[in-house]
Amino acid sequence: METLIQAAYLIAAALFILGLKQMSSPVTARRGILWAGAGMVLATLSTFMAPQILDSDQISTNIILILIAIALGGGYAWYSGKKVAMTDMPQMIAMYNGMGGGAAAAIAAVELLKASNEAAHDVTGTATVADMLGADVAILGILGAIIGTISFSGSIIAWAKLDGRLNRSKLLPMQHMINALLAVVTVGFAAAIYFTNSIDTIIVFYVLALVLGVFITVPVGGADMPVIISLFNALTGLAVGFEGYVLGNAAMIIAGIVVGSAGSLLTQLMAKAMNRSVANVFFAGVGTDAAAASGDGTEGVMKEIQAQDAGILMAFASQVVIIPGYGMAVAQAQHKIWELTQILTEKGVSVKFAIHPVAGRMPGHMNVLLAEAGVPYDMIYDMEDINADFKNTTVALVIGANDVVNPSAKTDSSSPLFGMPILDAIDSDNVIVIKRGRGTGFSGVENPLFFADNTKMLFGDGQKAASELIQAAKEL
Amino acid sequence: MIEGLAAIYIFMLAGFTGYEIISKVPVILHTPLMSGSNFVHGIVLVGAMVALGISETPTEQVIGFIAVLLGAGNAVGGYVVTERMLEMFKTSENKSNGEGS
Repeated sequence: METLIQAAYLIAAALFILGLKQMSSPVTARRGILWAGAGMVLATLSTFMAPQILDSDQISTNIILILIAIALGGGYAWYSGKKVAMTDMPQMIAMYNGMGGGAAAAIAAVELLKASNEAAHDVTGTATVADMLGADVAILGILGAIIGTISFSGSIIAWAKLDGRLNRSKLLPMQHMINALLAVVTVGFAAAIYFTNSIDTIIVFYVLALVLGVFITVPVGGADMPVIISLFNALTGLAVGFEGYVLGNAAMIIAGIVVGSAGSLLTQLMAKAMNRSVANVFFAGVGTDAAAASGDGTEGVMKEIQAQDAGILMAFASQVVIIPGYGMAVAQAQHKIWELTQILTEKGVSVKFAIHPVAGRMPGHMNVLLAEAGVPYDMIYDMEDINADFKNTTVALVIGANDVVNPSAKTDSSSPLFGMPILDAIDSDNVIVIKRGRGTGFSGVENPLFFADNTKMLFGDGQKAASELIQAAKEL
Repeated sequence: MIEGLAAIYIFMLAGFTGYEIISKVPVILHTPLMSGSNFVHGIVLVGAMVALGISETPTEQVIGFIAVLLGAGNAVGGYVVTERMLEMFKTSENKSNGEGS
């Protein structure tokens, strides 16, 4: 039976890797998730046959508990995952990721409590957790516990921030100093678990790690959230891999470490797209103190434009480049934008979409929404491919984007955004910005583009503004 | 049981595998892929089932129960959102794929 289960785990691990591989191409992506899903079902079902579970004294109680927990947790996740709007996807990924981290941390807790209990009742009287588990298992188990717990509480905070339930960027004065101190103390308690058999130490350790996850995530600027979620995703993978070693479970090790390394690379790609190091994301919250100071340099006034005029301007343009941002997602304007695109194309206007690597709240966020609306891939351009083309563009239509077109990232070395590559919308003949109000973007940094001579502001909800543009363009 | 050097081999090879998978992905699939990898670490569910399965005291059972609850949430939720996201690519499948990386 043991061999059969191990074989099932091996097949599951292979299905995960092949599934992820298939997801790397739009054509096979859907097959990929089905394969990975099949692997998950196979692994879960065969675990019911695991000898550790079948040999337990409390087999019937535990099996019933397992079934109830799967029904509750799975049922809730199924319901919430089906119900959530496309725009809210990023925070749901954060939440499910946090659950995975929490599960890894809880596995570690069971193992550590067991070991500390055994150690306390050992005849020698001086036995430690490390003696019971062995040095390798104890170290990886405790490491997985730290990482998983931080990923759990951090992801919950990321979810709360993205869901608009938490807007604070600071909990305490000198937050970064306190975080550093707390991290040291947490690691100290982690080491103490290894060398003792005290249950209290384990409890204090978990509380500290939970608080640390919260404190680390709270100061992170909203614009950096994609990087953080990706990082927590990688961390959860790592924690799962480590706990897999503790349990001697090959499927967990392989799947966890694959996700850990894939997620780390993805995190780096994202941070690189913003020209920031991952450390920088953690220790300098954009939109907190520095941002307020840099707002002074902006001069001039915003010039308003009516949808009617904007529509005419676009209908007679030779090329229109549409730059979507999170605001388009919030307004659910992607369908209207696609309709507008079709009308403009009929009139002979060349329409392109320009996607910044970190537009929206996650990389590829805009691509997913545009794909949902039916925009074909070949109209969508990455930053490197489109930037030179802005000079030949009659109208750059910015809808719900802000920081990714902020020219101060290039010109103002005091700006918190300085160094981030941007879309050079400002190079086009005309810039039309659809925006709800006059406020700053998600990062809280003032945007000089809005005050530029060639920029006109079209205030209003994205979907409504797009409808009016369609109306105006149609009437011609 | 996987121990010592064998485990290090697995860790290393799995690490390279993950790196390989991501390095060839077009930008448009980054979000679905993050979601997909989020689903894959839902495999923590099987570990959670074992942890609850070997529980003997009520405390262990409570923590094990939480582990399975959270693990199931990760696996099921991760699958549902990834599937929904990739669903949207269906209509575009036959269109040209000139976007590239």
